[in-house]
Amino acid sequence: MIAKIVLENLKHKPMRSLLSFLLIGVPVTLILTLVGLSHGMLADSERRTRGTGADILVRGSNARTALSTGPATLSEKFLDFLAHQPHVQSVMGVITHSIELPLVVNGVDLDQFNRMSGGLQYLSGGGFQGPYDVILDRYYADQKKKHVGDPIELMNRPWHVCGIVDGGKLAHVLVPLKTLQMLDSATGKLSVIYLKLDNPANTEMVKAALDQQLPDYPIWSIADLTSQLQEGLNNQGLNDFIAVVMGIGVVIGFAVVCLSMYMAVLQRTREIGILKSLGGSKLFIAQIIWLEALLLGVGGTVFGILMSYAARWAIVTLKPASFQVEIVYYWWPIAAAITLIGASLGALYPGLSAARHDPIEALAYE
Amino acid sequence: MSDGRAIIEVQQLEKIYRVGKVDVPALRGVELSVQAGEFLSIVGPSGSGKSTLFHIIGGLTPPTSGRVRVDGNDLAAMSDADRTRLRRRTVGFVFQKFNLLPNLTARDNIAVARHIAGLDRKPTPQFEEILQLLGIASRLDHKPNALSGGEQQRIAIARAIVNHPAILLADEPTGNLDTENSKAVLEILRDLNERMGQTVLMITHNPEAAAYGHHTVHMRDGRIIEKS
Repeated sequence: MIAKIVLENLKHKPMRSLLSFLLIGVPVTLILTLVGLSHGMLADSERRTRGTGADILVRGSNARTALSTGPATLSEKFLDFLAHQPHVQSVMGVITHSIELPLVVNGVDLDQFNRMSGGLQYLSGGGFQGPYDVILDRYYADQKKKHVGDPIELMNRPWHVCGIVDGGKLAHVLVPLKTLQMLDSATGKLSVIYLKLDNPANTEMVKAALDQQLPDYPIWSIADLTSQLQEGLNNQGLNDFIAVVMGIGVVIGFAVVCLSMYMAVLQRTREIGILKSLGGSKLFIAQIIWLEALLLGVGGTVFGILMSYAARWAIVTLKPASFQVEIVYYWWPIAAAITLIGASLGALYPGLSAARHDPIEALAYE
Repeated sequence: MSDGRAIIEVQQLEKIYRVGKVDVPALRGVELSVQAGEFLSIVGPSGSGKSTLFHIIGGLTPPTSGRVRVDGNDLAAMSDADRTRLRRRTVGFVFQKFNLLPNLTARDNIAVARHIAGLDRKPTPQFEEILQLLGIASRLDHKPNALSGGEQQRIAIARAIVNHPAILLADEPTGNLDTENSKAVLEILRDLNERMGQTVLMITHNPEAAAYGHHTVHMRDGRIIEKS
């Protein structure tokens, strides 16, 4: 019966209910989008690195994580040294340069790149013909609305789009290795060296041997990349940021429900009086308010989830190269719990206020 | 008709409301005895204390002093929670403004009273007969805004008696009704009293309505000045 009263109350004021759902849904969307963004970016980075076909990557001694950006400090001489290690089939040196966050440009030697990865799949155009040629993947080309032959401004200088590829290997933007080394005043230097082995089963053995020979250089297997990337994101304070957004979610859920239910209690003063005249206890009245607040929370969560799909669509449509958003299902119950905690807290004052109503005054309320 | 057992006994009842810093006496030593099965009309001008007397007998507010026994319960000694329990089964209210829950159908308005009393949602066969008597069986799935005033008041009466209370308190039940509907509601109250022995206390300003009761109590300035 309580559920019926609550549902009828929600249906009786549909605009109030919808606005409450919407407002409660905003932090849910924020949380889910933020989490989806971090997961999407993580998965995309992992996919692109795996797309190189490498089994091991070697970073400069100053690198914090497997894919962090920073000055290129690895000497190109390591390429020859690493290429002659047992079980190493091919090597590729890459230099990385940050452009508009979170995007980077990779300087690559296309011959090395093709040997390791099996080559790029060109949708139009082809490889580098000149030092300032640039290869874009289709996401970046869509985002910047560029075609083969178009000029493009990168790193404060004009480039020429020579090819558009399907993507999924290294960065969204590839330029000649030598050009980027020169522009970064890092001639002869690399950010990362990728190693492809004769058999992936030898990865741990080769990595262990390299760790012994190059103790100052971080060396990761591609298999360890996921945990490395997660660690990298955590190091950048992402978890703290998500915790803050979750806190904001609780506060917004609390405030919206408190305001909405307080207004509802004022509007329903007479109805509360009626229920009390029928023998409705304080607990019974408070239960109605609490259950309605919970339903607002559930509705807000559903709205928030739906809006997170809309947010994902908007982000990947407007910035297909810069941001990747995943729908992270296991965060739905977490977001729901955050909202319901906020809603329950928000129902406390209106619920107590309703329960304390004097029945005679409530019945006389116009 | 009454069976000779006093179901309501009121002695030296006083009720004082505090309005700001001023004490306002609403009842000043009311003495009243109502027999089980009696239909009592209470008349008097506005501010005479009729509604306050109802609210105390119905357990909506405690007395300031004096003794009030309703169906064997000493209201002066009862806590707020005890009076809440009293309202579930012992008294039923019918109000001038019907006071139905606007978002629920007539059927659910009646079901709420049963739910609060901790009873099954489905009323007893005896109650089904009452619904026929009230002439509202076909209107139960409508919400109050789709019902006429007369229909709403009949639903309110049905809700008030669905738990078979010892006492039915009707506060100006015809105050918002036209002559035809007023007559119908009064006859329903009389029927309930005569056929089922329902004790009824009814506040009214209308002498014709008051005549439906076995007795009429006149109130003025917080006191009962006459019982006829």
